[in-house]
Parts: sequence; structure tokens; C-alpha cells
Amino acid sequence: MLVLSVTLAIFLIVGGLLVYALIKFRHRPTDSDHEPAQIYGSTQIELSWTVIPILIVVTLFLTTTRVIWQTEAAPKPAGAVDVIVVGHQFWWEYKYPKLGVVTANELHIPASDPSHPTPTYLEMSSADVSHSFWVPRLAGKTDLIPNRVNTMWMDPSQPGLYLGQCAQYCGTQHAKMLLRVYVDSPADFAAWIKKQQQPATRDLSGNPLAQEGQKIFLGTACISCHAVAGTPANGRFGPDLTHLASRDTIGSGAIPNTPQNLRAWVADPNAMKPGSLMPSMHLNDHDLDAITAYLTTLQ
Amino acid sequence: MATSTTGLEAIDVTAPPTQPPGPSLIYQWLTTVDHKKIGLMYIVYALLFLVVAGIEAMIMRVQLAVPNNHAVSPQVFNQLFTMHGTTMIFFVAVPVLFGFGNYLIPLMIGARDMAFPRLNAFSFWISAFGGLLLYLSYFAGSGLYGAGAAPDVGWFAYAPLTAKVFSPGHSSDYWTLSVLLSGIGTTGTAINIVATAFCMRCKGMTLMRMPLLVWLFVVASCMVFAAVSPLTAAQIMLCLDRYLGSHFFDTQAGGSAVLWMHFFWIFGHPEVYILILPTFAFVNEIIPVFSRKAIFGYPAMVAASVAIGFVSLSVWAHHMFTIGLGPAGNTFFVFATMVVSVPTGIKMFNWLATIWGGKVIYRVPMLFCVGFLFQFLIAGLTGIMLSAAPFDWQLSASYFVVAHFHYVIVGGILFSLFGAFYYWYPKVTGRMMSETLGKWHFWMFVIGFHLTFDFMHIPGLLGMPRRIYTYEAGRGWELWNIIIGIGAIIQGVATLIFVYNLIYSYFRGPEAGPDPWDAWTLEWSTTSPPPDYNFAIEPSVSSARPLWDLKHPEDQDSRYE
Repeated sequence: MLVLSVTLAIFLIVGGLLVYALIKFRHRPTDSDHEPAQIYGSTQIELSWTVIPILIVVTLFLTTTRVIWQTEAAPKPAGAVDVIVVGHQFWWEYKYPKLGVVTANELHIPASDPSHPTPTYLEMSSADVSHSFWVPRLAGKTDLIPNRVNTMWMDPSQPGLYLGQCAQYCGTQHAKMLLRVYVDSPADFAAWIKKQQQPATRDLSGNPLAQEGQKIFLGTACISCHAVAGTPANGRFGPDLTHLASRDTIGSGAIPNTPQNLRAWVADPNAMKPGSLMPSMHLNDHDLDAITAYLTTLQ
Repeated sequence: MATSTTGLEAIDVTAPPTQPPGPSLIYQWLTTVDHKKIGLMYIVYALLFLVVAGIEAMIMRVQLAVPNNHAVSPQVFNQLFTMHGTTMIFFVAVPVLFGFGNYLIPLMIGARDMAFPRLNAFSFWISAFGGLLLYLSYFAGSGLYGAGAAPDVGWFAYAPLTAKVFSPGHSSDYWTLSVLLSGIGTTGTAINIVATAFCMRCKGMTLMRMPLLVWLFVVASCMVFAAVSPLTAAQIMLCLDRYLGSHFFDTQAGGSAVLWMHFFWIFGHPEVYILILPTFAFVNEIIPVFSRKAIFGYPAMVAASVAIGFVSLSVWAHHMFTIGLGPAGNTFFVFATMVVSVPTGIKMFNWLATIWGGKVIYRVPMLFCVGFLFQFLIAGLTGIMLSAAPFDWQLSASYFVVAHFHYVIVGGILFSLFGAFYYWYPKVTGRMMSETLGKWHFWMFVIGFHLTFDFMHIPGLLGMPRRIYTYEAGRGWELWNIIIGIGAIIQGVATLIFVYNLIYSYFRGPEAGPDPWDAWTLEWSTTSPPPDYNFAIEPSVSSARPLWDLKHPEDQDSRYE
């Protein structure tokens, strides 16, 4: 705020002087032909407009430094939630190491009560190229860089859905590497965690199409990239699908998670998100229906 | 006319044609080592690329005008912003400024040519070839997965996106090699400018009598030595990574992505000053002439320029506030960045003081300089905002940054360049540019510029990142992107008026004579256009404004030194 008001004040003063000089000292038709008085400089004036800016710079620098140290060297409270964020082309992987949860693309964090702070600490890295985590209303951005671990923290107090997206150009689909952060009330967060901790194995006997879908899923290349906890599928190249159906979107926030969209996505991801690294498996209509039926059971 | 203090007999004395009419026009231009012809080739070449890169910008604005647009594919969009940035910096801004430097420096210091005419020709042709090579990529291999043809890794080409595994075709190689070639040409010309300014000045022209324009080109050229070398080194390392199995930037083999960022920005930020210092130079020449006063505080202007040169070499990591440098590193670069504003402020105040008490004549070159002053003021202030790291954590890589640096590059550099075109065109061609068309160009460009780049700050503040080919509806960005697009079209039309004016005035403009602006530096003492080798007799000066001394023998500058 100080930075903003100082720069605004400088703009008004210098801009005002410029406008005044440009109007006051314009050439008028009634002027004599003589050239104006030639002035080559003035040490005192020049000294003053060197020293005053130096003082302004020192002030701005000191206030900025204070904010930097308060933010980056802040102590971590005991109630903090830890999340490991891994950037991928073009999706986000989230792991809650203390809670044993792995999910993708939709991050859930608890709202923090000032008397009882539960900020979320993110430990960030990248599996491929550089990305940047930016949810403007929650915090500034921090880059996810391969071979490097960065950290940041967020301490939101208002529950709700906060949107953001990758802010470091990371390839063809950089534009659709969207971020959705759900800030839940502490009770909602606990319930969400509990649900996510469950494995996906469920009795599919009442749903023969989904049963068939599971067989196809486990029998094709799907499992070399995707994991579903409780089944042999434990690929890590793509998003964890254990609770896919509990998410609102697919394709990293790009598309609403409806059975129709899911089916179209599995049929040809590149038609919906050109440049996506998931290939089309060239499944026939029946197999697509079966897989979609299976995926929608992964609550 | 000639007094004991001046020796400007060169006025009206044109050199007789000494060469027999021989080789064809094309052969002459292809083989010339004349600084004026090379300067012109630089400028025309840059103008061609300006139009190309401008069209690329237009297509991007069309794509972004509405959310979820499909005018171009993501692959094509990524190529467009990569080519737009690379072209504008390496093949428009640098050549056009070096073109002006080449043309003007020998004339302004009373020399007959640059210090190394053949190196000069070599530098031009190697840069020119670099630009062609970049565009040949459109006919060559593929880039990122699922993408084809031209480079699509961004003008900053962050590692490891350029690694063979992410960019398997040859498009990144086109980018690397063309930037490498352009860097060689840039270094050659910079050597030439420094040598010319230090060794070729005419009699009586001490360093402190050298026109400020020459000073600023010298500072910018010295910065080229410091800044372009790391870029060249990085390009070579990238080639080694891609073809000989080294791992400088190959993160999958333990290389460092951050290393590339350091290499790139230790070039990239000084580069901004390499571009803006020559445009300060134009403003330093134009404002005094059209205010009818000597520049205020010449020694302070020289000192401020050199100070900017030094300090700006240690600010590069303000492009990297979001990579986790740690609080100590961030603090240092915040400080260095904020300090640059002090010498820059001195320049601003000195221009203001030059205008103060003058008689400002509003011809087209001065109009562009006035635009420059206001826009550069705003650009400088948004720069101070961004230099505060916590502010930058929010706004780096957003449209706020895009708006900020376009304010510098278009509102600052391009405006003063347009002023320079109108100011020196009569010297180069012997004809005046149309004042009416010039005013149309100025006002349309001002309106278009402000529509585009004022409003571009807003989606940045609302969270719109750079380099996205489309966006979802409902984030509050739609209206601003439409306004930005309309402004871009107006700027495009204004630029076409400018190009038309250049061509039209060449044939139909009124005769200019040697000194149409009643100016004070040496280039106005010779004919327009200047003859081969510029001056029949070496001039001799006794102040920073030799023509003022000549025109006002009763009140010579030299008396105040």
C-alpha cells in the first residue's frame, strides 16, 4: 500500500510539473524571434533531485524488506497442514504425507481460525518442466522447478472455492493447467480427508457394466499411468484416480466432470485439450461405456 | 562565417563523385561498407520485421478477444508469442537502434565513417541472416510434443522445456542459432561504436563535448559486452545439451533449470537498458532543439547514464523473485532494482528542466517525445511497484507485467524511435516527412497505445497469467481483452500510416535543406543526404553545440565551459 501511494504521489507531482511546463513554456506566435535564455544546469537543484529520490528508495526498500522477511522466514505453527505439490505437464499432484492421501488437481485445505491457526504449508517440486502455483486471492505465486524444492504457505480464513492457474509457461497446454483450491471449514475438511483415505475397492457386483469396465481398465495401458488404490493399478505418470468421481472437474479444471465429458475425454483427450500427454486408447463404443461406468463409481 | 572557434566549411561542400560509375545498385548495397548505407539497411530490415511481429501480435489479440476462442490452435499461439518476443527484441529493437547509431554517430562526431567499416558490414549481415534463419523454422521440424514448425518455448526459452525430451524437433535449434548469430552481430557493432566514439572524434571534441546521443550509445555498447556474452555462452551450452549429451540444463540428469534463468536474465534485464539508453539518446537530442534550450545538466546526464549502465547489471534476479531465492537474495535484488530509479529519475528531472523556461515547438518529433516522457514516467513507476518482491509474487508472469514492459518498450522505446524517424528523416533523405500524416500517426498511436496497455494492467491484477492461448469465461477478464484488442488494431493502422508516410515523403516531401530544425549538432552542418565520407574537411568544434556557436557568435556555448 505504501508502495502504491508513493508511486501515485510521484506520478502526480512529476506529471503535473511536466504538464505545467509543456503548456506554460510553449512557443506562442506572439513570441519574439530570440532564443530563450540558455541555462546549462544548477548543482543545487540537481543535488536535491538526487538526494530526495534516494531517501524515497531507502524508505521503500526497508518496508519491502520487512514484508519479505515476515513472509519467507515466518515460523511454522504446530497445527499446520503439510501438502506436497508436484507439477506435471499439465496437471497438479497433491500428497498429504501425514494424512496418507493422494489426489490431483483439486486441492482441499482447511480454513484457518486466527485463534487456532491451521495454515497449509506447500512443499513444491516438478516432475518435468517449470510450473508456478498461483491462486491470486490466497497467496503470491511460487515456482515449481525440477530438481528443487520450494515452499510456501497459505492461511485462508474464508471457506470457498478459489481459482487460479499455472503461471509459468510449461508447454502446449499451459493455459489449461488450472488450479482449484477448496477452502473447507475444519469439519468439512476432516470429512473430506476421511473419505479420501478410503481405498476404492467396492463391491461392483450390482453393476455388471462397471465390473466389465474395471476389467478393461486393469487390462489396458491405463494402469501404466494411473493409480486406483486397492487395485493393481499404481501408475504415477497421470493423476491418481482413486476418488476421481468425487472431483468437480477433469483435465485439470478444464472440463466439468460429467459422465458424457468423461467418456469423450477417454475417447480422445487431445480433442478436448490439444497437447495433453494422455493418448487416445482407440477403444470401441462398448468399452468406452464400460470404462466410463467404472470411473463414475470411484467416489 | 567561419570563426576562429569553428571550422564548418563542410556546409554546402559536397564531395565530388570520386568513383567511376560502375557496379549495379544492388551490388553496391550488398558490398557496401559505408556506415550510412549499413545504418539504413539495419533500419529497413528492422521495419520489415516490425510489421511481421506486429501482425503476430494482432493474431494473438484476435485469439484472446473472447474466452474459449478457437481462432488459432494452442500450438500456433505458443509459436506466435515466442516469435513475437524474439523478433521484436533481437530483430527489430536492436537492429533499428544500431541502425540509427551507425548512421548518426560518425556524423555527430565529425568522422568520415565508423572505426571498422568491414566489421560493420559483417555485423549487419550476420544479424540479418540470424533473422532469416529464425523464420526459416516455419518450414522446418517440430517443437514441443504435439506442436510443429516454429519455436514455441517462449522468448526466454526456460530450461528444461528446451531439452531434447520436451522439444524433440529442430525448432528450438532454430531459435538458439538465430539468437546466437544475432548476438555475434550485436557484439561486433558494439565494439565498433565504442571504438568510433573513443578514437574518431573530430578536432576539439573532447569526451565532455560529445553529443549525449553518442555517450548513451557508448554506455549501451559497453553493456552489450557484459550482457550478450552470457547469453551466447548459454546458447552454446544449450546446443551441447541437445546434441552432445552434456547436462547443464538437463534436469532429468541433475542439471539446473535455475542456471538457465540466471544466464538468461543476466542478459535479459541489461538488454532492456541496452534498448532504452539509445532511446534516451534520441530524446536528449530532440527535446533541447524543440524547446530551444541547451540540455539541462549535461555532466549529470552523462553520470546518470553510466550509473544506469553499472547498476542495471546487478538487477537481473528481480525476474526470479518467485523461484525461491530466499529472503537474503530477494532483498539484495529489490535494493539494486529500486536504486536504478535514482539515475533514471535524474534524467526525467533534467528533461523537465530543459523544457522549463524554453519555447516548446510542437512538431511531430517533439510530440512523440512528450508521449515518451509521460509513458516512461508511468512505466518507471509500475517498475518500482514490481521491484517490491511481495508485490511481484502476485504479479510476476501476469498481464500486469506484460503491460509494464510494453509500456517501457512501446510507450518508451517505440515512441522515442518514432520521434527519431521524423527528426532525422530529412537528414537521411533530404526531404521532410508529412506533418499532417505525422500528426495522424501520433494521435492514433497514442489512443491505440493507451487503450491497449493501460487496460492491460487490469486483467493482470485480476489474476490473468501471461502466455495462455485462451481463458475461461467468468473470471472478469473478457471486457478488458476486447478493449486491448481494439487498441491493438488502432496501433496497427497508425503504423501503416507511418510506413506510408515514409514512402510517400521520400518521393513527394518538401525539400529539407541541410538544417531544417535549426539544430546544433554536427550532422546538420553537412548536406541532406550527407555525401560519401560525410565531411569534405574535418570539422573542428569548441563546445557541445558547434552549430549554436556558429549561429550565435555573440553568445557561444564555449564561453560557459
